[in-house]
Amino acid sequence: MSEQVGIITWINGPVVRARGSRHVSMLELVEVGEERLVGEVIGLDGDIITAQVYEETSGMRTGAPIFGTGLPLSVELGPGLLKSIFDGVQRPLPLIEMQSGSFIGRGMRLDPLYRKDRWRFTPRCKEGDSVIGGQIFGVVMETETFEHHIMVPPDLSGTLTWVVEEGEYTIEEPIARLKVGKEEKELTMLQRWPVRRYRPYKSRLGSTTPLITGQRILDTFFPVAKGGAAGIPGPFGSGKTVTQHSIAKWADAEVIVYIGCGERGNEMTEVLQEFPHLVDPRSGRPLMERTVLIANTSNMPVAAREASIYTGITIAEYYRDMGYHVALMADSTSRWAEALREVSGRLEEMPVEEGYPAYLAGRLAEFYERAGYVETVNGDYGSVSIVGAVSPPGGDFSEPVTQHTKRFIRCFWALDKSLASARHFPAIHWLDSYSEYLEDVAGWWREKVGVDWLRMRNHAMEILSEEARLSQIVKLVGPDALPDEERLILETARLLREGFLQQNAMDTVDAYSSVEKQIKMLDLILHFHERALRVVKRRAPVSVIHNLPVVDTLIRMKSAVSNEEQEKLDEIRKQIDEQMSQLDSEYR
Amino acid sequence: MSSVIVQSGQEVLGVRSIAGPIMIVEGAANVSYDEVVEIRDAQGRMRLGRVLEVGEKVCVVQVFAGSTGLSIDGTSVRFLGDTLRIPVAEEMLGRVFGGLGNPVDGGPQPLTDTYADVNGAPINPTARVYPRDYIQTGISAIDGLNTLLRGQKLPIFSGAGMPHDQLAAQIVRQATLGAEVGKQGTQSEQFAVVFAAMGVKHDVADFFRRSFTESGALTRVAMFLNLADDPPVERLVTPRAALTLAEYLAYECQMHVLVILTDMTNYCEALRQISNIRGEVPSRKGYPGYLYSDLAAMYERTGRISTSEGSITQIPILTMPSDDITHPVPDLTGYITEGQITLGRDLDQKGIYPPIAVLPSLSRLMKDGIGKGRTREDHSHWGAQLYAAYAHMQDVRALASVIGEEELGEVDQKYLQFGRAFEREFVNQALTENRTIEQTLDIGWRLLSMLPKEELTRVTLDEIKRYHKGEDGSS
Repeated sequence: MSEQVGIITWINGPVVRARGSRHVSMLELVEVGEERLVGEVIGLDGDIITAQVYEETSGMRTGAPIFGTGLPLSVELGPGLLKSIFDGVQRPLPLIEMQSGSFIGRGMRLDPLYRKDRWRFTPRCKEGDSVIGGQIFGVVMETETFEHHIMVPPDLSGTLTWVVEEGEYTIEEPIARLKVGKEEKELTMLQRWPVRRYRPYKSRLGSTTPLITGQRILDTFFPVAKGGAAGIPGPFGSGKTVTQHSIAKWADAEVIVYIGCGERGNEMTEVLQEFPHLVDPRSGRPLMERTVLIANTSNMPVAAREASIYTGITIAEYYRDMGYHVALMADSTSRWAEALREVSGRLEEMPVEEGYPAYLAGRLAEFYERAGYVETVNGDYGSVSIVGAVSPPGGDFSEPVTQHTKRFIRCFWALDKSLASARHFPAIHWLDSYSEYLEDVAGWWREKVGVDWLRMRNHAMEILSEEARLSQIVKLVGPDALPDEERLILETARLLREGFLQQNAMDTVDAYSSVEKQIKMLDLILHFHERALRVVKRRAPVSVIHNLPVVDTLIRMKSAVSNEEQEKLDEIRKQIDEQMSQLDSEYR
Repeated sequence: MSSVIVQSGQEVLGVRSIAGPIMIVEGAANVSYDEVVEIRDAQGRMRLGRVLEVGEKVCVVQVFAGSTGLSIDGTSVRFLGDTLRIPVAEEMLGRVFGGLGNPVDGGPQPLTDTYADVNGAPINPTARVYPRDYIQTGISAIDGLNTLLRGQKLPIFSGAGMPHDQLAAQIVRQATLGAEVGKQGTQSEQFAVVFAAMGVKHDVADFFRRSFTESGALTRVAMFLNLADDPPVERLVTPRAALTLAEYLAYECQMHVLVILTDMTNYCEALRQISNIRGEVPSRKGYPGYLYSDLAAMYERTGRISTSEGSITQIPILTMPSDDITHPVPDLTGYITEGQITLGRDLDQKGIYPPIAVLPSLSRLMKDGIGKGRTREDHSHWGAQLYAAYAHMQDVRALASVIGEEELGEVDQKYLQFGRAFEREFVNQALTENRTIEQTLDIGWRLLSMLPKEELTRVTLDEIKRYHKGEDGSS
C-alpha cells in the first residue's frame, strides 16, 4: 500500500525533511525510516518533504527511506471504540503492552479496532432503499445498553443493492452494498475519517439544555450548554484534573471522550482502574462502558500529542452523528499548544507571542468550533460539548493560550490558587468565572425544576460579590466595624462558600448533587438569609445568628443528605423557621 | 545521495565550526539522530559528544566535556552508530559515578552485559500500577498533610540557603513502608537509593555521602555526580543515567528505589545554554519551548508497573531563583510532578525545621494512600480541617498586623494561638525525630482542640466525639 517517496536528508527531534517525490500531498500519512515510524506531511517545498513523526526519532539516519501512503491521517470508527484506550494516533495501548511489554516500543503498527470480535448487526434499511451520507442503516449493541448506529459514510449516497441478514459479523465483513452513480461500494461496520476534517451534519442549532455535571458551582452558577465549550484554566495544583475527572464521571452525556494530552501517566492509570468500578447512575452500567480514553502522556512523543486532540474530537463527532450527546475533556490544551510550538520552533518559523506560532489562535478556534448542538442528517439531535483545561505558566491568565481560548469558549471556569491552598475545592473562583449560557438554559430549569433558578442564582452571586467588597474593608478595620446587616452578608456568604460551593469529589454522597438537591440547598441558604435579615433588622446581633444550631446543619447538609432523601432538606427548612421564629419573639 | 549502509565507526577529520559546547561537523554520511560520537583533539585526548541535529553531510554535535582545546583542523570525530547507553547492574550500588555514568571512585567498570539507553522509553499507561502504599517519612508535615506514596514523584521546592538537603537526607534515613495505625510495618523489602547531583557544590555531595554513611545505607546507594565545576553539558545526561539504573533496579531486580535529583534548576540552565547557542526560539526567560517535554521525559520515569514488585519514587530538589514559584523551572515541574513540598523562607527565619510551607505544598496522590486500612479513617477530614484552619489563621494574622491582636474577636484570637502552635509543634521537629503516623495525627487533634467545635466543619461530628481533646474548646 505504501511506496517509497523520498530519502531523509535532515532530522531534528520529531521533524524530518526528505528529498523525493513531488506527488506527496499535504497532511498525507507517511512512514519514516527503516522502522517505518508513523508521520504526517506538514510542509512541501519543491522536492523537499517536511514531516512530523509521531514516534521518538533517536537512532534514525539520513539516507533512510520515507514511504507515502496516499491517505491523510485518519481514525478508525466502528463498534469497539467504547471502553478502549488509545495513544494520540489511535494505537490501542493494551495491545502495545502485549507486544512490547511495559514500555512503549517503536514502529508498532496495530489496528485500532480489534478485527476478530463479532458484533450482532441488525439492519434498519433494506435492498432498494436510497440512502444519503450519514444515514443509519443498521444498529449494533456495543455494550449491553449502548446502541451503536452504523451509518453510511458521510461522503457517499446512493441506493442499497444488498443488505445482510441480521447476524454476527466482524467489522471488516461487508454488510451492505451501495450503488453510487455507476459504481458499487461495499460497506462495512469499520469506517475511516480524516482527523483534521470535521464531520458533516444537517444544521447547527443553539442549545437550551445544560450539560448537567452534578457539580454545584458548575450547574447552578456557571452552566455550560450541551454542545457548548468551556475552559478550565488554573495553575498547577488547583484541581484541573480532579474537576475534569468529576465531569467525566457525572456529566449527563451518553458518551465521554477523555483526552489526556501531555499529562501524567498515573492520572490515566487512575481513570483506567477507577472507571470500570464506578456505576453510571443513568444506565446502571460501569462508567467505562461509555468512555473512550486517549492517552498521550507528557513523556510520549510530542507530535502525537498534537494529533491526540484531533483523534479525540473525530471520535466524539462520530457518536454525535448517531444522535448522542457527547462530552469531550481535553487535559490539557496548553500541552497541545506547546506541541504546536515545539514543532513550529524546529521548523524555524517566525514566532509571535512567547514563542507560539502565529496560527495558534486559528488552531484553537478550529478545535473549539467542532463543539456544537446539531441536527444530524437523520433528523436526530446530537451534540459535542468540549471542556478544555488550560495550564497557564505561573497561573498567569494573560498568557497567549488562555487569552486565545477565551475568544472561542463561552464558559470560563477560573481556578484559583489561594482557594486551592485553603483546600476549598473545586477551587473555581466565583468572581473570576463566567458563563454566557445563563439565559439560554434558564428555560430548562423552569421546566425541569419549576423554579426561577436564574433569579436565585443571581441573588446568591450578589451576596458573594458583596462579600468580596466587604472583606476588603474587614481587612483594614476588622469585622466589628461593620453594621450588623453587612455582617450578615458575610455570614450568608460563608454558608454559600462552605455549604454550597465547596464540594468533596472523594465523598460518596457529596461527589454528585442532583439538580433538585442543588436548587433546594440554594433555596435553604437564601431562605435562611431572608429570615435572618428580618431578625437583624430588629437589632438582634449577628453573633446570635452565627450561633444558631441550624448554621452547622446547613454547612453539613451537602454530605449529610443524599440525593435520594431530599425530604430531609424540608426538615432543615422547618428548623430554620423554628429557630428564627424563636429569635423573632425574643427581639420584638 | 548515497544509499550505502553506514559503517559504525566512520571517522571525520576536521570540523566546520565550534561555538561553546556545540560543533558543526561536515562530511559524515548517514549519521543517525542522537548518535554518540567520540572526539579526539589535536593532542589525542578523547571526549564524548552527541548528535543533536543531522542534515545532508552536516551535523550538529554537542560536546559533553566542553570544547576547550578543540581546533578546527586538528579535531577528529568518530561516529559510534548508537545512542548513549550505560551499563546497569545491581553491583553498581555502593559505587560513585561521573555525570555520564563512568566510574569515578577508582573502581573498575561494572561487569555486566546489560547496557541500557539513557533516554529510556515511556511507560505504557495500561502497564502502570496506580500507587497506593504510603511511605512513612516520620516527618509530620509530609506524612500528615502531604503523604508520599511509593511510585510518586514529589519534588522539594526550595531556595538558596534553606535546608532542603537536610530534609532529603532525613527522608532517606527514616523512610519505611507505612502501616495502618495499630499495625506493624514490614521492614524486609529490598530498597535502594539512586542519587544524582547536577551542578551542586562538593560540600553538598559530601554532605549526602556522609549522611548515607552514618545511616549505614551507603552500600545501597549509587551516586552520579556532576558537580559545580564539571562540564555543564554533561548535566543533561546525569539524571538520565541515574534513572536508567533506577529503572533496572526497580523493574528487573524488584527493588524499591528512591531517586534524589538535585538540583534541577542547574539542569535546566544547562539545557537553556545549549538551546541558546543553537539559536532556538526561546519561550519564557530564555528557556526553550520544549523544556516541559524534556522535564517530563525524566519525571515520568517514576512509578510502578504490573510486571514488577519494585517501584521508583522520585524526589527532585530544585532551588527557585529568588524564591519565585512562578519561575519556569518550578512552574513546569509542578505541572508534571504529583504535588510539591514547598519550603518557606519565613518559617526558616523563625527557626522552624523542616520549614515546610504547608499551604502551597501538595501531594496529589495522598487521597489514595490514606484513610481506613492505610493510615486511619479520619486522616482525610483531619487534614482538610488542619489546612482550612491554618489558611483562615493566615487571614487573621494579616488582620492582626493591621488592627492589633487585642482588637481581634475571641475566636480569631484562638486561631492565632492555634497557628503558632501548629508551626512550633506540628511542622517543627528535630532532625532526628521520627514520628509515627499516630503521633502525627495525635498532635494534629491536640491542636485542633484549641479551636471551638463549631469551627471544625471539615471533620464529622463522630470524629469530633472520638478524637477531640479536652471538654469544649468554645467558651
